[in-house]
Amino acid sequence: MTALVEARGVAHRFGANPVLRGVDLALAPGKLVVVAGPNGAGKTTLLRALAGVLRPDAGEVSLAGRAITDWSRREVAQRLAVVPQEGALAFPFSVREMVALGRAPFLGPFGRESADDVTRTEAALAALEIRELAERAYPTLSGGEKRRVLLARALAQGVDMWLLDEPTAHMDLGHGLFCFAWLREWLSASPGRGVLLVTHDLVLAARFADELVLLARGSVAARGAPADVLTAERLADVYGVEARIERDPAGRVLVSPLRAIR
Amino acid sequence: MTRSRAAVLVTLALALAVALAVSLLVGSAENPTREIVLEIRLPRALLAALVGAGLATAGALLQALLQNPLADPYVLGISGGAALGGVAALALGGGVWLGAGAVPLVAFAGALGASLLLYAIAAAGGRAPAHSLLLTGVVFNAFASSLIVFATSAADLARVAGVFLWLIGSIRLVEPALLAAVALLFALGLGIALRFAYSLNLIAQGDETASHLGVDVPFVRRWILAGTALMIGASVSVSGLIGFVGLIVPHVLRLSLGSDHRLIVPASALGGAVFLVVADTLARVVLAPTELPVGALTALVGGPVFLVLLRRELARLPA
Repeated sequence: MTALVEARGVAHRFGANPVLRGVDLALAPGKLVVVAGPNGAGKTTLLRALAGVLRPDAGEVSLAGRAITDWSRREVAQRLAVVPQEGALAFPFSVREMVALGRAPFLGPFGRESADDVTRTEAALAALEIRELAERAYPTLSGGEKRRVLLARALAQGVDMWLLDEPTAHMDLGHGLFCFAWLREWLSASPGRGVLLVTHDLVLAARFADELVLLARGSVAARGAPADVLTAERLADVYGVEARIERDPAGRVLVSPLRAIR
Repeated sequence: MTRSRAAVLVTLALALAVALAVSLLVGSAENPTREIVLEIRLPRALLAALVGAGLATAGALLQALLQNPLADPYVLGISGGAALGGVAALALGGGVWLGAGAVPLVAFAGALGASLLLYAIAAAGGRAPAHSLLLTGVVFNAFASSLIVFATSAADLARVAGVFLWLIGSIRLVEPALLAAVALLFALGLGIALRFAYSLNLIAQGDETASHLGVDVPFVRRWILAGTALMIGASVSVSGLIGFVGLIVPHVLRLSLGSDHRLIVPASALGGAVFLVVADTLARVVLAPTELPVGALTALVGGPVFLVLLRRELARLPA
């Protein structure tokens, strides 16, 4: 089966600094792939290459079997949603306006929204449980609320492939769990969907990911089922952390960091 | 939503009609004749409306493009580039050889050159930090002003009286052909602005997010820079450096109407026209029979507004 999105031998450097050194990665339909790794491992750069907004020095990214550079930005956005890490916003757009922007790849030149676009926007607000925030100005929201608005924008986009950069950053325990469980549910609702996300939360990753890709210094240090990837030796090696790994009766791993060892 | 948008635009259009009517009724002549009203006050009021609309719309576009509410044609030095172009055209006799339309065209080229330079220097990488934009604009303005003084002095001493008006900015009577040329350039610029207004909502989220949502950012940026240069070139070629219109008008509109550029762009065009017609009427009557350059009035209001905005912007972006 064709991967939804795939990277082959992707390498990139910023100035003299190599950030990615030949990464292979594929997102198959129906899967939730998590990319984790220490700060500076190249996770966000990899995500930007997969989204087609960063052209890597070497290697190739393909979307639905075709080189991503062969698609126009609009065509990419009609197939792939990206939830970036939030940046500062210069104007106080309302939450509803922010979510409605997810429809942009499908609108005509003057951006007139159809009844269907409005319905999808309202449905996305309801699905992420932020309808009561709809009139609020986005810059006044808390960090966790902003993450949910950006998830709702991706949902309003209505596409089957999602790339997310730290979707649960700034979310409390409950909202983080809600987010991952919600993504799993979204994924299982239709067979052609796929989610690739970057996170630092190994507990949630272990609980929800189909595949965990551990990135270290621009290379894949390990990949596979979370239970196979997350071993005490590997965490010591990649993160420089002594950790206790436990397995619950269902075979899921729990990571408890104990102390830094370098 | 659409209906309230139409209501806002109709209200602003009515306000413009009222402002134009008032400006026809007041002036230094005690018993204005038909000729005074139709041949002096009317063309001047129309010119004020066009210049105000052009500067305010250009300001709104630049703010979204640079993701910075402090952007303004004058503050960024783009008006300075346009004025330099206009003066150069006059000094070289372009107005004589090529007809009145040549001055706005060369001013457009000057505005475009200044925008491209500004973009290359201050806004490399998308979002333009407030301090680098402002510094670049200050330097551009100082440089353009001295060249304007130089060119005007070197070309013809008799024209030196005009330097003051170029640098402060004023609305004065122009020949109908020039008014028509300005209207045409403005209409082109406004067409571009309306076509890309929705894309600006996306670019205001950051270049990369706009790209994620399907916008060809370099393509839109080129069109917007061309559109703003058209409107600024047209405005400045007939009125000189009128400052802060592009800052005050969109700012007030954003406060009351929100951030959607599908509304902010046409509302800025109408609001800018109202603002400058009113300001120019005041400039004609406050010290009557002496006339105040309208640029002095707008700077009087705009300076403090700018400082308040700057303070807020610097507090919001610690880096």
